[in-house]
Amino acid sequence: MNRELKRVTILIFSMFLSLLIAGSLIQFVNSDSLMADGKNPRSLYDSYKTQRGSILANGKLIAWSIKTDDKYQYLREYDNEAYSAVTGFYSLSQGTTGIENSLDSYLTGKNSSQFFEQINALLSGNPMAGASVYLTIDPKVQQAAYEAMGNLTGAVVAIAPSTGKILAMVSTPGFNANLLAVHNPALASNNYQQLLNQPNSPLINRAIGGDLYAPGSVFKIIVASAAFETGKFQPSSMLPNPKKFKLPDTSTFIYNSGEGKCGSSKPKVTIADALRFSCNIPFAELGLQLGQNTIAAQAERFGFGKSFNLPMSSTASEYPKNMDDAQTALSSFGQFDDKASPLQMAMVSAAIANGGVMMQPTLINSILSPNLAVLSTFGSTSLGSAVSSTTATEVKDMMVGAVSRGVSSNGQIKGVRVAGKTGTAQNGPGQPYTLWFTGFAPAENPQVAVAVVVANGGGLGQRGFGNLVAAPIARKVMKAVLGK
Amino acid sequence: MSGSSLLQRAAHVIKDQTDPHTITMNIGRLIRVVPRSRNIEATLILFVLGLYAFELAQVQLSTLAKITPELLTFWVPIALLALLFHVVLRIRASESDSLMLPIGLALNTLGISEIYRLDIAQSALGSHDLFGVKQVIWSCVALACAILVIWLVPSHLFLRRYIYISMIVGIALLVSPMLPFIGLKINGAQLWLSIGGLTFQPGELAKIALTIFFAGYLVTHRDSLASVGRKVFGVRLPQARDLGPILVIWLASLLVLVVQRDLGTSLLYFGLFLVMIYVATARSIYVYVGLGVFGAGAFIAGRLLDYVGGRFDAWLNPFSDTHYNATVNSSYQLVQGLFAMAHGGIWGTGLGAGVPQMVPVAESDFIIASLGEELGLIGLFAIFGLYLLLVSRGLRIAFNHSDDFSKLLAIGLSFVLALQTFIVVGGVTRVVPLTGLTTPFLAAGGSSLLANWIIIGLLLRISDSLKAEPQKVQVSA
Repeated sequence: MNRELKRVTILIFSMFLSLLIAGSLIQFVNSDSLMADGKNPRSLYDSYKTQRGSILANGKLIAWSIKTDDKYQYLREYDNEAYSAVTGFYSLSQGTTGIENSLDSYLTGKNSSQFFEQINALLSGNPMAGASVYLTIDPKVQQAAYEAMGNLTGAVVAIAPSTGKILAMVSTPGFNANLLAVHNPALASNNYQQLLNQPNSPLINRAIGGDLYAPGSVFKIIVASAAFETGKFQPSSMLPNPKKFKLPDTSTFIYNSGEGKCGSSKPKVTIADALRFSCNIPFAELGLQLGQNTIAAQAERFGFGKSFNLPMSSTASEYPKNMDDAQTALSSFGQFDDKASPLQMAMVSAAIANGGVMMQPTLINSILSPNLAVLSTFGSTSLGSAVSSTTATEVKDMMVGAVSRGVSSNGQIKGVRVAGKTGTAQNGPGQPYTLWFTGFAPAENPQVAVAVVVANGGGLGQRGFGNLVAAPIARKVMKAVLGK
Repeated sequence: MSGSSLLQRAAHVIKDQTDPHTITMNIGRLIRVVPRSRNIEATLILFVLGLYAFELAQVQLSTLAKITPELLTFWVPIALLALLFHVVLRIRASESDSLMLPIGLALNTLGISEIYRLDIAQSALGSHDLFGVKQVIWSCVALACAILVIWLVPSHLFLRRYIYISMIVGIALLVSPMLPFIGLKINGAQLWLSIGGLTFQPGELAKIALTIFFAGYLVTHRDSLASVGRKVFGVRLPQARDLGPILVIWLASLLVLVVQRDLGTSLLYFGLFLVMIYVATARSIYVYVGLGVFGAGAFIAGRLLDYVGGRFDAWLNPFSDTHYNATVNSSYQLVQGLFAMAHGGIWGTGLGAGVPQMVPVAESDFIIASLGEELGLIGLFAIFGLYLLLVSRGLRIAFNHSDDFSKLLAIGLSFVLALQTFIVVGGVTRVVPLTGLTTPFLAAGGSSLLANWIIIGLLLRISDSLKAEPQKVQVSA
């Protein structure tokens, strides 16, 4: 009998061994993937158990957590709608977006940089607290940008050109993130649906390109840069100045915005004047001379085709490929299928302002643990030169001209040399224009580069134009930075 | 062999009263054999009771942030009965195994702590069920029954006289949930009796009755089952007469599967039976044929009966939306249990610090998932270790006993404990399909506690006769 008993014993041991293996697979090997499963609500419960870190903009609290009596223990609160594009929201039933989403591991204290605090919390039984995020956002500039946008739909991005720090990032309309942070799932879900149903989609972050916009004339900065980089062109280079221009291989004519010649009635016009008066025909001609590949290469050096992590990632701006000559001509003044985000255009201005050097755009100054130890700092990172410093200076001078003596005049600030370029992009027959301004100030020592986009023609349909609607907003933002 | 060895010795002492020298010698032997292992047991019981108090305190501190006198209502009754159990063992079964009581106690009290912890969590959500208090009461009843087994059953050998009664009782208990009026169906499985508002799972007690029957029947019929009969295709088949009861059990198991809708219970009885017949006859053909027949039965049932097939599919693809959101045979509970365990990771959240209440019926079927979440993989290993140690003690008795009935009874009782743990825990951890059995000692439920403590009582009784044996053998040799 004992021989059989031995076999039964082996059977029993193998049964328990299989349980040990199964337990290890669930609780060790596959535990991370099980925790990440969409059906698993425990990660969310966990994240509410720690006091989530605050988000601060230059010392001002813009998102924080307070203790509550319900089972989720902490409620997330937000300062105001001006910051919704930055913070995003943190919701029990609707997930997270913005900084709340991309820095979640820090805010919940789960990041590996807080390892020793995690051990300490485990051993002491004291609850773990999340790290606080200090943003590069300047509340003064952010508020000015938000107020300047008023009821318009669009976005503003302001960058410090020499560091890449984002001073303001506004998308309008903003939303009240407190409505989504409520712990009542039905209420949060209802509020979310209401935001989704609003016609101008407040949940989209227009600043980094939930939508991309046709850049229109602001794209001329890039075409001019491409031209100067070839070495064959200077701001004084002459281009033919007809009243109308037939697109190659088509019967379609294009016109300058005034439907006349560019600037004067002379047969030729300089590139500088073409930019100053924002004429389409000379840039179409210039674009055809350069070719689409040269323009595309320059656009890519400015960041087109790339997504940037602020840490939330931006949508890559687009310059079309495989165009015929007619399309290339259109794309040279920011039409056809050119698409850009306000962040991208602010980066173009920032690079010109910074002697051609692109800086990695960022929203984060530092991340501090609850005991104020610095977990992470974000210095300035160069992304390399988009254009040579010579080109940068040439383009800058042209942009200064566009503001001081050209069609971008509403960017002017008394006592400050402002460089800028407006844009009024067409979106097809009958569609309202997209209105732009991008630029920087002061021209000799740039403190801020800015891009403003106003969608839906700023409510003016096809009667609005960049200098009328977008430039005054940019001016207010630049004034806020310069303390004017 | 019949009658308690202690009584025999006492009688011996009285008989030899005339010789003062003999009295001294026998008393001396009496005193010498009693204590050492019992002292180890006493130490372990005190340790387990200390651990229990610690668990309760931790539950209260992490869920209520204070220690309340309610802790004593959970601790004192169990402590008193555990100590009484120990004292009874000292008097009535002084040579019995010294680890089984502390291990059973450790599992039982850990279960109570977790159930109490779940009660607190549920009461915050508005529930008024007091599973924890009920579990304490049932534990006391179960411990008392085990004590009665030790006190009233002088030797397990007398059970051999009642093997056919055991069979009838066993089968009656097994099929009783199918009776009209008193049978009760929970979660699709018809495994319960409901009498006057009290629910009871008679299958739990049936496993003891059937083990006794198998042990007795097989000891008597092992030779004929092993050898006598015609040869068919080179395999010697036993006589139909001897096979009769085996077929009855097989049919009963299938009936359980088909009517009571529970593969686990069915597998438990059939597995128990196969192992016992294998050990008794040493013929592996029974295992092969048995597994084949059972497998075929289960396969056909799976094909013909939606609920069995559905359970299988939910087991194989629990994460698919079809099964997860299904109204019948949903894998929701299984998946939530897996999430709970994953949440615990290696070290666990700590007792009272997880959210095990998110799993449906966390206090009974899924107590292992709750413990896995709060005590971690480490805790699960410890729990599995305790079960394995408990079963090993039973196996040890089977190995060392020279009496075949005792051997079979010990292996049967140990194996049924091991198999039930495997089927339940395996169900939660997706080793086997989920079934309606309860986790021995841990899960909330009176019938299960009662049955498993009686098993411990019986094993203790058998082990007491074991330690007396080798001495006897030596003397006679």
